[in-house]
Amino acid sequence: MNNDMTVQSTSGKRKASSLFDPNIIKRASKEAFLKLNPKTVAKNPVMFVVEVGSLLTTILWIKELATHTGHPLFTGQCTLWLWFTVLFANFAEAMAEGRGKAQADTLRKTKTETKARKLDSNGIEQLVSATELRRGDRVVCEAGDIIPGDGEVVEGIASVDESAITGESAPVIRESGGDRSAVTGGTKVLSDKVVICITSNPGETFIDRMIALVEGAQRQKTPNEIALSILLSGLTIVFLLAVVTLQPFAIYSVKSAGVGEAPSVTVLVALLVCLIPTTIGGLLSAIGIAGMDRVMQHNVLAMSGKAVEAAGDVNTLLLDKTGTITLGNREAVEFIPLEGVKIDELANAAQLSSLADETPEGRSIVVLAKEQYGLRGRELQSHEAEFIPFTAQTRMSGINIDSQQVRKGAAGSVKAWVLNQKGTVTSELDDIVTRISSIGGTPLVVALNDKVLGVIYLKDVVKGGMKERFDELRRMGIKTIMITGDNPLTAKSIAEEAGVDDYLAEATPEDKMELIKREQAGGKLVAMTGDGTNDAPALAQADVGVAMNTGTQAAKEAGNMVDLDSNPTKLIEVVEIGKQLLMTRGALTTFSIANDVAKYFAIIPAMFMATYPALAALNIMKLSTPQSAILAAVIFNALIIIALIPLALRGVPYRPMGAAEVLRRNLLIYGVGGLIIPFPGIWVIDRLLSALHLA
Amino acid sequence: MTFVGVLQILFMFGLLLLTVKPLGSYMAKVFEGERTLFTPILRPMETLIYKMCGVREDKDMKWTTYAFAMIAFSLVGTVATYVLLRMQGMLPWNPQHFGAKEMPANLAFNTAVSFTTNTNWQSYVPETTVSYFSNMVSLAIHNWMSAATGMAIAMALVRGFARKSAAGIGNFWVDLTRSTIYILAPITVIYALFLIQQGVPQNFSPYSAIKTVEGASQTIAQGPVASQEAIKMLGTNGGGFFNANSAHPFENPTPLTNLVQILSIFLIPAALTYTFGKLVGNVKQGWAIFAAMSVLFFAGLFFCYRAEAAGNPNLSAKGIGIENAATDTQAGGNMEGKETRFGISASALFATVTTDASCGAVNAMHDSFTPIGGLVPLANILTGEVIFGGVGAGLYGMLMFAVLAVFIAGLMVGRTPEYIGKKIEKFEVKMAMLAVLILAASILGFSALASNLNLPPGKDSASFTDAQKADEAKMGSIARWNHVNGSSPSQYNGAMANNVNNSGPHGLSEIIYAYASATGNNGSAFAGLTANTPVYNGTLGIAMLIGRFMMIIPLLAIAGSLAAKKHIPATSGTFPTDSGTFVLLLVGVVVIVGALTFFPALALGPIVEHFQMMTGGKLY
Repeated sequence: MNNDMTVQSTSGKRKASSLFDPNIIKRASKEAFLKLNPKTVAKNPVMFVVEVGSLLTTILWIKELATHTGHPLFTGQCTLWLWFTVLFANFAEAMAEGRGKAQADTLRKTKTETKARKLDSNGIEQLVSATELRRGDRVVCEAGDIIPGDGEVVEGIASVDESAITGESAPVIRESGGDRSAVTGGTKVLSDKVVICITSNPGETFIDRMIALVEGAQRQKTPNEIALSILLSGLTIVFLLAVVTLQPFAIYSVKSAGVGEAPSVTVLVALLVCLIPTTIGGLLSAIGIAGMDRVMQHNVLAMSGKAVEAAGDVNTLLLDKTGTITLGNREAVEFIPLEGVKIDELANAAQLSSLADETPEGRSIVVLAKEQYGLRGRELQSHEAEFIPFTAQTRMSGINIDSQQVRKGAAGSVKAWVLNQKGTVTSELDDIVTRISSIGGTPLVVALNDKVLGVIYLKDVVKGGMKERFDELRRMGIKTIMITGDNPLTAKSIAEEAGVDDYLAEATPEDKMELIKREQAGGKLVAMTGDGTNDAPALAQADVGVAMNTGTQAAKEAGNMVDLDSNPTKLIEVVEIGKQLLMTRGALTTFSIANDVAKYFAIIPAMFMATYPALAALNIMKLSTPQSAILAAVIFNALIIIALIPLALRGVPYRPMGAAEVLRRNLLIYGVGGLIIPFPGIWVIDRLLSALHLA
Repeated sequence: MTFVGVLQILFMFGLLLLTVKPLGSYMAKVFEGERTLFTPILRPMETLIYKMCGVREDKDMKWTTYAFAMIAFSLVGTVATYVLLRMQGMLPWNPQHFGAKEMPANLAFNTAVSFTTNTNWQSYVPETTVSYFSNMVSLAIHNWMSAATGMAIAMALVRGFARKSAAGIGNFWVDLTRSTIYILAPITVIYALFLIQQGVPQNFSPYSAIKTVEGASQTIAQGPVASQEAIKMLGTNGGGFFNANSAHPFENPTPLTNLVQILSIFLIPAALTYTFGKLVGNVKQGWAIFAAMSVLFFAGLFFCYRAEAAGNPNLSAKGIGIENAATDTQAGGNMEGKETRFGISASALFATVTTDASCGAVNAMHDSFTPIGGLVPLANILTGEVIFGGVGAGLYGMLMFAVLAVFIAGLMVGRTPEYIGKKIEKFEVKMAMLAVLILAASILGFSALASNLNLPPGKDSASFTDAQKADEAKMGSIARWNHVNGSSPSQYNGAMANNVNNSGPHGLSEIIYAYASATGNNGSAFAGLTANTPVYNGTLGIAMLIGRFMMIIPLLAIAGSLAAKKHIPATSGTFPTDSGTFVLLLVGVVVIVGALTFFPALALGPIVEHFQMMTGGKLY
């Protein structure tokens, strides 16, 4: 990644609250208890089973206390840790939500009661409350006004401070017509005056939607999350079967061996809770919320978790050339003199004409002249100099200095200007111009008075580090396609330089749409960015459509994500977050299931040691007593949820590499790791329990 | 373990490897309707069958239609067999004059279900229960049809992966016909002739009464054995002509037939993995499945063979001093319940193979194995018989595990899981979990019931007190639920757990094994369990139905759902399912799902028995 982009993406990053912000922890702790409400827990079948189990052992514990039977110390501790298991899972979810809520609070502050200057049908201003505005109303905003609602600028141009939404302090320009007309309620006009046509009703504004999204109020389970929930529920039922049928087997065995007793209900509940996938079950929703949150921290607003999930699956990325792959500016790379003209002479004239040209192209000409021909910037005060600025009509710029007239500009315009001054134009010039165009460059013709000196070769500059980025994507199995309005030759040369896999030249909105549909028909998932109204259909068609916040309302409505920084390269980060989200789910599921092996080794011998002393051979951890063994497993099971909250919130580290390699790596860490870790974990807890005489 | 023993195993596996590719690609051609060597001879027959049955060959079925056809076919088969079994007294080829008395309703139900579902659990002693007609027609027809059905289902699932955005998954009748006439028939004919050459009888004679060398009299049971034996092995059916099954010298006379029998159990299931790879357009996918199955096969075999070769260490302990090791003059290890002409290696191999596949034929008594030696066959069945498995059933079972494995771990590469280019989503996971769940519920639920259900009081009528007799009278019909078919009217067993031959953990193993074998459609018996009572016949029959259809229906649903999906081209970001990592993952998922579900139950059965043997020398 080149430095520019690093700066861009970090500066664009919403200030992330630290993972363990005390305020969030405080709020989450409280929430954890509120979430014990069975109605809430029932949404999560795995944790619901734990809660029912906890309730059951609580009743048994009270009964034991009241009747002085059984082992109240053991039952009590079991019960306590079972409740903790539910609480920890609730806490994890509350933590993830808390981070969103903190952001929502910040956003809500922007929703202070504002007054709007509404124009009635006769164009007369009326002061009304912003909440009274309806779709189609027109309002006036001047410097210092807060824009009262989402809308489109229909008259005028203004600079707007959008930091409330984007976190970016630099103001942006909003003007009527074109693709820069959308404004967001809650942002502030800094200069000038505009008339805005309101496009949303109260409660449906962008900020309202944003608050709802970050708070997770409208959070719906994503398809993959639902599928995983089904798997986890299925596993829970399998374990329920295993535990429920264990009792009859135990009764048979006790009867047959003639010693010992069948396990108590508390022990069976403990075994069940240890076996069902509480780790992933408890963290599943936290992972989803945290994924959305991470996208948010990159200043991208995902309209649904489904979009983030889909981002992880993207096979094809459509990237606009300008602004994404190239810097958007052209740069002078060569001076090509006509026959009979010295190159120094051309360089000199080119530099002269560009001295006052503040465009990036102009500056690049000065730089090229200086670097290649040692021409320094000159003091012009001593001369009588008049700068001719570029206009859309003349399509030329230049300088009149000491009776010399220097012009540079589009070939046609300069040719016309020279002919106008009774100069001559040779076919040699046309050849050079055609040649530069054909290799994807932009020719700028330079003329001195009535004579054409030569051509400046301007070239599109590919952003640094793009090639590496695309290689990375290729390793991840993602194909990149560059979209450009340029002709095929230009497109090809830039595509080769940037290292994209494919390109679409002279692209019209219809072509884009066609391309997306073709890719999708081949079973691929397509992601694209866009900002214009004409991008809207393609944004809607793409599986992941990221609209630029500077774009039109239509584009924003059509996409399923909005990039508040309007940085098209962000798509790549969104893809990574999507992948990370799925990987975290897979890793914790694998870990959770692998954990069960150790728990069996802890609990099964403990349950039946009295009936079958030979089962002590399975007690490979050498746990102290049956009770301490069972408790240790339950405690480990609860604590591992807490221990994994940071992982769930941050996501498992993502490295761009081939799937085979990622799989091997993660299987080793979370599969084999999940198999091994509980053994020492349970052993340590067991030792602590016996040292503290708790079991 | 001996060098020769290991060599026998490797030799068998080497032969198997040689058959996988040719047979696999032949079957791929058959199911795709392409031209094969046998087309000129068999194609007219095939079209004739379609014409006679009104089957339109080119008509594709939706998964629901396919499932309906399969269920209807099986149902008709079950009912017909039930009726024929009950009526065997009136039918020909019955020199021993067996009738409905030998085949009461509950046994006929159990047997009809057993053969239709490819289980071939036999609650009865064939020599004293079923006529030649029952064997050759009523039962043997299912040896063909249930095997062909299994292959058809497997092909339907494979098409689910291979097809793109398709509505149908093939035609059940066509798959059934092709499996039978192109695959099962040619092999069976050659196989049966080979068996006859090796000394397996093929006649319709009544049993011969002979005088033995010692002068005692003996009845020699016989009949059309060879024709039945071939399809019994090839179709992973396992229902023996004789009670002793492949341990009987008339079923399995020589070491050579023993080798061929073992090989023929695995023949089609192993080759189907290649067929799968071929049809989905990447044979490496097939080899990956084959590799996962092989790993599990060798792991099981290793533990089984090692335990059997080691025998009971207490026997060589001080004071007893029996030599356990193999020497030139003795097999060593645990020879109880094994045929001396096969020895330990070939018996352990047979036991592993027959339970890996859902065959259920036996050449040794699993009940007499050491605890670990007996745990292996049981564990093999509990994995769902996906280690090569039954014809077709093994492949579709393993593919179901692949779906789960891909779903659990596939997420870890950062994409929503996909297998062979098909996204694995909510519906597939739901159906796969449903299948896992129902099978576990059937095995654990029925075993829990059988280990505790106490029908009437008392144990043995001979020692009944008057009060118990009064109780029995009061219980009325319930008392007869656990009454052994054909025994004296007053003899009943009482609690279901009383039907086990051994007490303690071994008894529990016998019960769990029975329901695992029934649910898994294996059909082998751990033995030692008196299963020919109404309550066992009934529950085992239901377990077989659950195990067959509650597995097939969700799988066909998966096939239908997958077929309708778009095919996603593989990229370097795709979870590679033809790699060594995937093989190990698949093995891990099969083992872990099985172990997590059944470990508690097994801990009270073979596992504790093993530790008791090792520590206290106590055996049951």
